[in-house]
Amino acid sequence: MSVARMISLTVNGETLEATVEPRKLLADVLREDFGLTGTHVGCEHGVCGACTVLIDDQPARACLTYAIQMEGHEITTIEAVGGTDLSPLQRALHEEHGLQCGFCTPGIIMTFEAFLRDTPDPSEDDVRDVLSGNLCRCTGYQNIVAAVLKAARTIREERP
Amino acid sequence: MKPASFDYHRPQTLDAALGLLARFGERAKPIAGGQSFGPMLNMRLARPEHLIDLNDLVELDFIRVSEAMLEVGAMTRHHRVATAPEAARSHPLLAAAAATIGHYAIRHRGTLGGSLAHADPAAQMPLVAVISGARLVLQGLSGRREIAASDFFKSVMTVDLAEGELVTSVLYPRLPINAGWAFELFSRRRGDFAVVAVAVLLTLDDAGRLEDLHVALGGVAPVPLRLDLSAVAPSGVIPDDTWIEAVSEFAAQSIAPEDTVQIPAVFRREVTASLTQKALATSLARSRKASA
Ligand SMILES: Cc1cc2nc3c(=O)[nH]c(=O)nc-3n(C[C@H](O)[C@H](O)[C@H](O)COP(=O)(O)OP(=O)(O)OC[C@H]3O[C@@H](n4cnc5c(N)ncnc54)[C@H](O)[C@@H]3O)c2cc1C
Ligand code: FES
Ligand code: FES
Repeated sequence: MSVARMISLTVNGETLEATVEPRKLLADVLREDFGLTGTHVGCEHGVCGACTVLIDDQPARACLTYAIQMEGHEITTIEAVGGTDLSPLQRALHEEHGLQCGFCTPGIIMTFEAFLRDTPDPSEDDVRDVLSGNLCRCTGYQNIVAAVLKAARTIREERP
Repeated sequence: MKPASFDYHRPQTLDAALGLLARFGERAKPIAGGQSFGPMLNMRLARPEHLIDLNDLVELDFIRVSEAMLEVGAMTRHHRVATAPEAARSHPLLAAAAATIGHYAIRHRGTLGGSLAHADPAAQMPLVAVISGARLVLQGLSGRREIAASDFFKSVMTVDLAEGELVTSVLYPRLPINAGWAFELFSRRRGDFAVVAVAVLLTLDDAGRLEDLHVALGGVAPVPLRLDLSAVAPSGVIPDDTWIEAVSEFAAQSIAPEDTVQIPAVFRREVTASLTQKALATSLARSRKASA
């Protein structure tokens, strides 16, 4: 039998501790132990993308990761995106009406914050390929695609 | 949808991982990217008592190119295989196929070794390993062995891996410079597992005659299916559109796919024919361009 252990994780630059069983999903520890409820949980088997966070700056499913695996890694969640201002991607989603209920939005933002950092000038096809990993039951995706392309333009223009 | 209890182990070396696997036997399972095993754990389709995490084994995360071979470590993520210039140069078919696995976030976690050990009948990496004549390097506490990919895959999600053994790397013969290659897949939605996947590798001689041709299909049988084309594609033919059609038709007739309500057998055959046609045309164009 597995016993709960104290683990220490770096989340959004802060060191946070929790006592959890090894089987506890990263998504559940973020939400229940750390109160970071911006990471949503839809399917718990990797399909919907709602739980996407960054592990060492790369997008990953928080439902296919056990929190205990993340000791020594850096987790970034939606709570770290933007600040007093919205990020260019958040602003574009707002302006282009890229969300309705918002359930899918944190996962989409985390996925594309990483993607746009690595791919500053994506084609529409690239964007649709990446967006295939995030299910949205509201928008029909068109406005999300438009928002991501707009954010890419903004980020390119704002770069020194 | 929460996994059953398990104990967690995080070995720092391959030897330590093999030691843990040997110690716990069938009560232990390794986890790599967790992109296939995570869902199985969460759905309790698997209930290991001990989970051995391979993610710290940096010694298994590498891409090495020698004169004849491309060797990729088992813990190399799909995204790296898809984007590393040395993979694209020495085995463009492998890189192109890796780029179509699942979705962006999945490719950042999922690994080559995990994909091969999991052995989904529609998965990209087993298909490419089989058509390439790749060899898998397996390691257990009692030693190292190599096995041809075509012998490794036994049936649906069943492979020739002894208890306590891990896949540590895969050896792919590099593609010749003038090789024609193509990877085509059909799925209902981008990122879903393939309904049918087709891989082609071929070479032409200086006069444009067929030298060597391999066609393999995924998603149509329990394991990747490498076709015997000696009847329709003898070496020496000059491939034209009629030839492409004949080989594609032959491919479609070579399979005996499951007949389900969602995907009738006749549909899988049609998709096989049209993807094979496209893959052959692309391969021929690439080979001709490379020799021009
Ligand atoms: C939404 C979604 C879509 C996907 N779409 C596709 C797709 O289109 N095509 C596709 O091919 N895959 C797809 N996958 C699966 C993905 O490719 C996985 O990465 C892959 O199948 C398993 O690799 P992994 O590293 O995640 O292995 P894990 O899930 O960690 O492990 C899988 C199995 O392999 C064993 N294992 C892992 N590493 C080793 C090793 N080195 N030696 C021996 N045994 C080992 C584990 O014990 C387990 O039984 C998808 C997954 C998701 C969640
Ligand atoms: S909750 Fe993780 S992908 Fe759906
Ligand atoms: S906005 Fe409702 S699911 Fe995407």
